[in-house]
Amino acid sequence: MAENNNPQQVKKLDLAVRSALWLGPLKSHSKASNAKASQPDSQPGKLGQPSPLGKIKNPRGQLVDVLVARGRIVALVPAGSLDVHAAEEADARGLLLLPGLTDAHTHLREPGQEYKEDIASGLAAAAAGGFSNIMCMANTRPVNDNASVTEFMLERARRAWPGGPRLFPIGALTKGLKGQELASMADLAAAGCRAFSNDGAPVASTELLRRAMEYCQDLGRVVIDHCEDPWLAPGAGVNEGEVSSRLGLAAQPDIAEAIQAARDVLLAEYLGAPIHLAHISCEKSVAVIRAAKARKVDVTAETCPHYLTLTEDEVAGYSSLAKVNPPLRTKADVEALLDALADGTIDMLATDHAPHAAHEKEVEFDAAPCGISGLDTALSVTWELVRTGRLPFDSFLRAWTTAPCRRFGLPVNTFAPGDPADFLLFDQEAAWVVGPQTMHSKSANTPLLGRGLRGRVAAHFLAGKSIV
Amino acid sequence: MQWNHKDLLDISQLSADEVRHVLVTAAYFREINSRPVKKVPTLKGRSVVLFFAEASTRTKTSFDMAGKRLSADTFALAKSSSSLTKGETLKDTALTLQAMNPDGIVIRHASSGAAQFLAERLECSVINAGDGRHAHPTQALLDALTLSRRWGGEFAGKTVLILGDIAHSRVARSNVLLLTKLGANVRLCGPRTLLPPRLDTWPVAVYSNVAKAAQDVDAVMCLRLQLERQQAGLLPDLREYARTFGLSPRHMALAAPGACVLHPGPVNRGVEIDSALADSAESLILEQVENGVAVRMALLYLYLTRKSPDAGQPGIPA
Repeated sequence: MAENNNPQQVKKLDLAVRSALWLGPLKSHSKASNAKASQPDSQPGKLGQPSPLGKIKNPRGQLVDVLVARGRIVALVPAGSLDVHAAEEADARGLLLLPGLTDAHTHLREPGQEYKEDIASGLAAAAAGGFSNIMCMANTRPVNDNASVTEFMLERARRAWPGGPRLFPIGALTKGLKGQELASMADLAAAGCRAFSNDGAPVASTELLRRAMEYCQDLGRVVIDHCEDPWLAPGAGVNEGEVSSRLGLAAQPDIAEAIQAARDVLLAEYLGAPIHLAHISCEKSVAVIRAAKARKVDVTAETCPHYLTLTEDEVAGYSSLAKVNPPLRTKADVEALLDALADGTIDMLATDHAPHAAHEKEVEFDAAPCGISGLDTALSVTWELVRTGRLPFDSFLRAWTTAPCRRFGLPVNTFAPGDPADFLLFDQEAAWVVGPQTMHSKSANTPLLGRGLRGRVAAHFLAGKSIV
Repeated sequence: MQWNHKDLLDISQLSADEVRHVLVTAAYFREINSRPVKKVPTLKGRSVVLFFAEASTRTKTSFDMAGKRLSADTFALAKSSSSLTKGETLKDTALTLQAMNPDGIVIRHASSGAAQFLAERLECSVINAGDGRHAHPTQALLDALTLSRRWGGEFAGKTVLILGDIAHSRVARSNVLLLTKLGANVRLCGPRTLLPPRLDTWPVAVYSNVAKAAQDVDAVMCLRLQLERQQAGLLPDLREYARTFGLSPRHMALAAPGACVLHPGPVNRGVEIDSALADSAESLILEQVENGVAVRMALLYLYLTRKSPDAGQPGIPA
């Protein structure tokens, strides 16, 4: 940054958050880091019993102060190591410090289906769920395939949540998401669309996808593809396997996703163009992505909390709340996805937040729409994976912050001086029960409904200002 | 035996003893059906809604006759006359019916799980008369009554071949559960395109050749082939299907002595079964229809006069 971020030379700090527990590395100014050595109270291993770190892999736990000026990080320093004062002080003892998360895949339903969700309620769920940036898909009514819809979305966001969470619309890849003609993507990009996708209506024509990827590459934007072979997936929402066979449900085999993932990475390799694969759900797709990355194909991929924690067994009682596209798969797929997320084959996490009204889900299974409301629960669900040692903390951070932000060009906080002061104080012990009363989304359509989770956002600072 | 179940959704809810109890009860009603006057006052004053959201003639008639012979009042609600065609949800239709305080609802629906959906929301008994591809427990019970009479009540050691479109068949799913519960061995045979996935998780032996599958079996259940399967690209043509997977007398010659043929109807003569075979002495097709009324009388009697409600959830046990 051009500005001087040496904390001892910054005349006026706007915010100091004191004594938060931080598990990552310190990237502060060298003088601040040096000061740490003389502060034994803030050293790892002195945190008292029982350890709040539990089974977390490679914890570097230490208590830190977060110093903020003009919306940006000035320094992250060992707690009490610098004798500085700020206009606003916050005590974060007992709370975990996390950077604000980024969700590259949501459906906010506005314009057109405001009874499911609107931009204000979606951003409320994002704020409470720990997301500083969210990207929203184009399958609204009307579709976000022209600049006026993009501008409308951004205006709604500014009015409802002027201090953020920041909204980054994703433009439609094809007009009306019909998969026939390219949308006006240069216009859309100029209006603020950060990526392009036909999510919700997978692109059947490989030729059209090719042209879309070429066109987007000129715009410096990444195509996000929902991988689903439209002819091989007659029963979206249920995995083709033991459960679907017993229940007698038309189902979708995992190869419906993996075949399109293979198509996409081969196209990306051939064109030398980037591709991002949405909501990867199965082991076979992981193998496709891993092989492509070994060949240096410019491919990134996301998976969602539900694919890391739930299986097709959730559908066994014809529970339409567990009906989601792509469908929940098997235990072997869950394990493969967790390994792939840990080793970076899967770059990022995203919620695929897909709110539906209660009356839409409370119908016979065939008639229910696909989707899970995820913004409220994602952090608690994935933090449990960190807490139990299944997902390394570094992978968790990468997946929710740096990977999506770098791929789509969004602001990211790594707690380096000059980074946007987007961060959370997370109470990892707070127990709560998932339900309409505890969720901020308008729709509580999640198979976790009625179940207990641990961990809630106690405070959410965005550009140094408290929004929760 | 005290009957505690509120709903009949699938065979998996019943123990082998409960199945036998249904069959014994049905045998009693079968005797009543052979009398000159076939009506008994057992369910006088009770009302049963026949909610058929999918086309059905024989099952609906069978339930209607069963209810009337027990002196229950039956009310038929067909899809064409119901509010479902006006965009009303299944839940609202169900709650509307519930508000009329019937003692039981018999449901036929094209969606797998629809019977369970109703049962979870209604206080009255729900009897599944076929939900999508999932279950058709009253058909399986009437098939079991038919075989039980043929075999003197002994299923252990018997082998039954179920032949045809298994993937889309609720009859096959319920019969696999019921026959294996009673100790019979089950074989399945059909073209790979009409078999469900993961049959390795089913308690069955799978065949792709009818002659091999029919070897030494004690009974063959033919399934109706829905003619739209050909249009869906699952079959090249019906002639080839009939030649390859249609049941013929030559297959029955390979079966065990005294082997019989069942079919849930309606029959596509010359497609899934040789026309003459359907009319032969081995064929129990019309006895199945007769037993259907008796089984449904037994079920209406047991479920509508149950002593106490289910303690637990009405969901299907694993």
